[in-house]
Amino acid sequence: MRLILRRIVSQLGFEVIEAEDGKAALDLLGTVDEVPKLALIDWNMPNMNGLEFVIAARDDARLRDMTLVMVTTESEHGHIVRALAAGAHEYVIKPFTTDAMIEKLALLGLVPTGANL
Amino acid sequence: MTLSATDFAYVAGLVRRESAIVLTPGKEYLVEARLLPVARQAGAASVADFLSGLQRRPDTTMHRSIVDALTTNETSWFRDREPFTALTDVVLPELLPTRTNRTLRIWSAASSSGQEAYSLAMTMQQALPAGWQYQIMGTDISTEMIKRAGTGEYSQVEVNRGLPAQLLVHFFTRSGTGWRVNPALRQNVTFQQMNLAAPLPSMAPFDVIFLRNILIYFDVETKRTVLRNVGRLLRPDGYLFLGAAETTIGVDESFERVAMGRTSAYRPRVSVPAGAVGKG
Repeated sequence: MRLILRRIVSQLGFEVIEAEDGKAALDLLGTVDEVPKLALIDWNMPNMNGLEFVIAARDDARLRDMTLVMVTTESEHGHIVRALAAGAHEYVIKPFTTDAMIEKLALLGLVPTGANL
Repeated sequence: MTLSATDFAYVAGLVRRESAIVLTPGKEYLVEARLLPVARQAGAASVADFLSGLQRRPDTTMHRSIVDALTTNETSWFRDREPFTALTDVVLPELLPTRTNRTLRIWSAASSSGQEAYSLAMTMQQALPAGWQYQIMGTDISTEMIKRAGTGEYSQVEVNRGLPAQLLVHFFTRSGTGWRVNPALRQNVTFQQMNLAAPLPSMAPFDVIFLRNILIYFDVETKRTVLRNVGRLLRPDGYLFLGAAETTIGVDESFERVAMGRTSAYRPRVSVPAGAVGKG
């Protein structure tokens, strides 16, 4: 999954960094000079899950401008509501098509409407 | 429609070999609709002619076009976005003061599996002031599509396509492995089978008509017929939205184009009788 996402956003012109889980992501974000524009976040991860990561990221002023998108198999109504309430900007349910991912990024203003690979 | 069992089996075999996607019988309408632009581009008069020619003289480029046409371009929610923005930012502020009965009627004239009709309903639900009502009618030539749209049920893959997560959780409920449109939205939307090129049943006129990405499938005479039929059901101060690659210009001069932000819409021209034919 990370490989597929990396390929899609790379081809859209993004430079990509990856982390194993929420904790590793926060550690990594603490070391980078430039905060990424976009975080694609799985729900199910060891140490710190995606929801916990979203809450932590929303609580960190330095990460305020980072767009948070959950990309996960968790597809229950309540999961989506919780993620959005915690501050996630969008939610993509697996499985998804490349077009669907691009459309979500277009909704968020991160790529032009009608972009494709 | 007119696609024969042999032609359908040929296309299904091709798509299965090239993409592993299985087209089951009952998808004839989809195959025909998706292949018509490919057939026209290849200079064939119909999908049947196109396929019979191709079966005599196989052409890998055409095979690829067929597979692409049948495996991409599923219907998105809020497709192209700008027409929906124009509706809330330009059309509603203009029409609302003139509609004393506080009701708007909108037609999704080629509604396919229903995403456009429900997207219009979500737009109205959010944009209309309290005390207003709206009716959305979705029509399609395919009874199968009408039935499908009427269920209001969509798969996980379908709800990912351009539908903001906020709207998904607000207007849909989980249903089996997919999602179903909530009754509050569903009750404002009706679906009816209709052939836009044939004489249309009598209906109350509409304030806004979405006739998007359907004229491209027709020759110019049929375009004229469809625009005349549809135009008769548009109120004199109403708006017609076409697909980004479509226009009434050179086809039916009874409409005039109105620029709206990054898109445009059409409205009945005041001085010219409905159905007047242009030179183009």
